[in-house]
Amino acid sequence: MAASDTAPVSMTVNGKPISANVDPRTLLVQLLRENLRLTGTHVGCDTSQCGACVVHVNGKAIKSCTVLALQLEGADVLTIEGLAPADGPLHPMQEAFRENHGLQCGYCTPGMIMTAVDMVRRKGNELDDRTIREELEGNICRCTGYHNIVKAIAAGARAMRGSGATSKAAE
Amino acid sequence: MYAFTFHRPQTVRQAAGLLTKNGDAKLLAGGQTLLPTMKLRLAGPPQIIDMTLIEGMSGIEQSGRTLTIGAMTTHNEVNTSPVVQQAAPVLAKLAGMIGDPAVRHRGTIGGSIANNDPNADYPAACLGLGATIVTNKRRIKADEFFTGMFSTVLEPAEIITKVIFPLPKKAAYQKFRNQASRFALVGVFVSKRGSEIRVAVTGAGSNGVFRVKSFEEALKKRFSPKSLEGMTIPADGMNSDIHGSAEYRAHLVGVLARRAVAEAIGKPAA
Repeated sequence: MAASDTAPVSMTVNGKPISANVDPRTLLVQLLRENLRLTGTHVGCDTSQCGACVVHVNGKAIKSCTVLALQLEGADVLTIEGLAPADGPLHPMQEAFRENHGLQCGYCTPGMIMTAVDMVRRKGNELDDRTIREELEGNICRCTGYHNIVKAIAAGARAMRGSGATSKAAE
Repeated sequence: MYAFTFHRPQTVRQAAGLLTKNGDAKLLAGGQTLLPTMKLRLAGPPQIIDMTLIEGMSGIEQSGRTLTIGAMTTHNEVNTSPVVQQAAPVLAKLAGMIGDPAVRHRGTIGGSIANNDPNADYPAACLGLGATIVTNKRRIKADEFFTGMFSTVLEPAEIITKVIFPLPKKAAYQKFRNQASRFALVGVFVSKRGSEIRVAVTGAGSNGVFRVKSFEEALKKRFSPKSLEGMTIPADGMNSDIHGSAEYRAHLVGVLARRAVAEAIGKPAA
């Protein structure tokens, strides 16, 4: 294979199998946004610091700007678009961000929500402020609207209890 | 990123064969350092050898007084492993201090050690516990493994497969973070196993991770922060940059070593 050639990759995105031929340099976030037109996943810094691009791969939050699409053969990917059904109610974490106004410009929000849902999976439904702030180390809000984001995550985490909502709500 | 050819070997032997054939190839583990470096075009390997499909490269196993961690084991797996938390809580805690949660879901112990970033945490753990790094070719003592900033004794077609840690009786790691990057401005790892005392420092030295023999000697008399009172190390050979002068880093080595010993004996400073 010459360096400029494309290579095939298949994975599941938001419950649907997808296949693509990509330049090996293609990052997961590029595959999502440019090939699949799933533009809810954002690119903020492109240097793995800001967390606007966080999605779940095999149930775990990762930075989609820092993984090659080709590394994810057979993986199960969940993006913000797959968190709740398109025509149904919002995921409890999304609803909590709305209710608590956990955003200003909204650019970091998809990554914040995907990180928050992963946080609940790992840390449970009762999250204190310190835990939430520590866990948000890899997500930056340049509006600095952290106070309401922290409130939203605490409320969303509680709302996820018993709602049946998990990180795979859309499946 | 510069263009590259992507390989997905299924065995360590295949990966080693690809490395032998392609001298400039790079192994890709979790990619949390290599990919950002490639995006900045600071690295442009013509061949990338992805380790994802190689089976048996991750996992954690305790056998007697040793803990074996597969090279592709992620920081999150080490951080949350009940086996590690029980056998070597210091390692679980250290892994949980690397990067952020999403980075810890991808980054691997093998990748961190092979890269030997002068500010990385795992090299301090390897040197501070006297680990053995196992490759497809040999077993290497941590004391011989790290040879300088971003350099190790690994040969071109050599691949880390696992790391074996002897379990300490007492150990702790104190990390003084750079407030922006959260990397270790200075990190000090101390351990006591029988009569063997180790003090390993990351972040401070311009040549990467190193041991502080004078501190180790002092702690041999008595494993207490008091044994290190008033002790410092020379500023020669310390990093100096906008984040801290060589003198400041040398000072931190003493402070953090005392705090680490206090934590290791269960009397952390307030």
